[in-house]
Amino acid sequence: MTQLYDCRDAFNEKLLELAAKDSRIVTVVNDSVGSSKLNQFRKEFSTRLINVGIAEQNMVGVGAGLANGGLIPFVCGASPFLTGRALEQIKADVAYSNTNVKLCGMSSGMAYGELGPTHHSIEDMAWLRAIANLTIIVPADPNETAQAVSAAASINGPMFLRISRLGVPQVHPADYKFEIGKAALLREGRDVTLIANGVLVSKALEAAELLAARGIQARVLNMATVKPLDKEAILKAAAETGGIVTVEEHTIFGGLGSAVAEVVVTNQPVPMRILGVPGVFAPTGSAEWLLEYFGLTAQGIFDAALELTGARV
Amino acid sequence: MKIDSNRQEKIAALSRLATKVRRRDMQMIYKAKLGHIGGDFSATDILVTLYSEVLKIDPKAPNAPDRDRFILSKGHCAGALYTTLAFAGFFPEAELDTFVEPLSNLNGHPNRNKVAGVETNTGPLGHGLPVAVGTSIAANLTGLGYRVFVITGDGELQEGSNWEAAMAAAHFKLDNLTVIVDRNRLQQGDGTEQTNQLDPLDDKWRAFGWSVREVDGHDYNNLLDTFAQVPFEPGKPSCIIANTHKGQGVSFMKDNVAWHHKVPNDAEYAAALKELDALDGVAAPKPANEEVEVKVGV
Repeated sequence: MTQLYDCRDAFNEKLLELAAKDSRIVTVVNDSVGSSKLNQFRKEFSTRLINVGIAEQNMVGVGAGLANGGLIPFVCGASPFLTGRALEQIKADVAYSNTNVKLCGMSSGMAYGELGPTHHSIEDMAWLRAIANLTIIVPADPNETAQAVSAAASINGPMFLRISRLGVPQVHPADYKFEIGKAALLREGRDVTLIANGVLVSKALEAAELLAARGIQARVLNMATVKPLDKEAILKAAAETGGIVTVEEHTIFGGLGSAVAEVVVTNQPVPMRILGVPGVFAPTGSAEWLLEYFGLTAQGIFDAALELTGARV
Repeated sequence: MKIDSNRQEKIAALSRLATKVRRRDMQMIYKAKLGHIGGDFSATDILVTLYSEVLKIDPKAPNAPDRDRFILSKGHCAGALYTTLAFAGFFPEAELDTFVEPLSNLNGHPNRNKVAGVETNTGPLGHGLPVAVGTSIAANLTGLGYRVFVITGDGELQEGSNWEAAMAAAHFKLDNLTVIVDRNRLQQGDGTEQTNQLDPLDDKWRAFGWSVREVDGHDYNNLLDTFAQVPFEPGKPSCIIANTHKGQGVSFMKDNVAWHHKVPNDAEYAAALKELDALDGVAAPKPANEEVEVKVGV
């Protein structure tokens, strides 16, 4: 059985490693030490973990202030509250002020399952993508998560990392080199392209296996950087495979699918299918159950790709 | 209280500078046909006192790591800030003529990436204090020991984010942080107390763990004494409630809610200039010990 990983572990291991070498690295939390898995960070760097309590607007403002003082704050909170509650602070204090703040939206998507739509973060990509001067990264596995944390620490500027708590397999080889703004080509194919990120990349890879069994060779791109988007990889996929299926743990309005569509329709129009949550609040169910319910599975991606390629010929 | 001659000179200089700032700010707003003159004038005496006598800053090194930080949380009063910064030497006075013109660095609200001396982009209310809390924590963590000063509006304190930050500042014992509340008792549409009551404001800050003093925000002697005493108590952030008058310096603007963002017409501009010219070189008259009469609904 494939081993599954919680990307928060890789996030924290890398953060601890970097913090040991760079005293500018600090964390800011909203009583979210446990849910961000920052217990070890607190133990090792107690004065460098700033817990502002349950106060997200202040948390993001404090992050901007710490950056003003020359520090590199990783502001960690559950993604629905970090993004929804503090959106104006993200816009004004971080993105518009161009402060060196790393916003870390933990347990994003529908990871909180049965806790319901208040705790789901399936709007965050749409909200944040609309804000200028903000890099947005959605890592797919532990390897990519660790490299995204390193990149965040080394690059000066506002950044959002979307970190899931759902178990994912390693989808990248050990020698994978993550680069901001570059899609990772995980499987070559000429018949259709599957573009996913985060926890759904592994499902896209499984779907590609199912498609291959039907003689359809699907290209699989991991679009970890939602902003700035790898337009080149998208246009190449459109030109070479003639159709694109996007998959995201997010509403279909304004997220990865929308971002890809914006590039495709204005440059290289090809048929697309956008898989995600179809503009509804999720019913009660576990995270895994909800992914099934909304067809965000290998089978769901397979069906969409089959329909798209069939419709094309 | 007897004021020594050195202090008297300082007060006279502050008064002259404040009048210069008000006059230049009004010229700028009159030319641009946009601005927030009422709030600019209520904060002017506090701003010139900070920039002349309190802040450890060097306009030639506006990003020096150990500089004191000043944050204008009521970002709509950018006109007063820009004018003060220009006269403090952060950028040439002539640049004030570009205020809100296309592609000007001087937007209607301050932008730290375009204007030297601006620490964070403000405009939406309730943003300055949380950022100041973070910067104050950074001063402690880095050991650079600088101080952080914030001016908030009073109406602005209706934003909950201020109180999140106020709680945190006390919790983290940030005695390097001072907030000055520009207590002019007016907000855009009405009196603060008619809109969403703030009083007893001093008790609110005290209850949040701050050390609080009230000052006359137009009395330089009072302001100088008070700033010299921060932190008021070790281990506590300091709050200065500065009782001010919106539109201070021009009789027909003073305490008049209509002048939140009204732009003077030709006659008003001439009349206001005349009043400001008359103040030049003269210490602002000490307000009599009267209750502020707030004119609303004008």
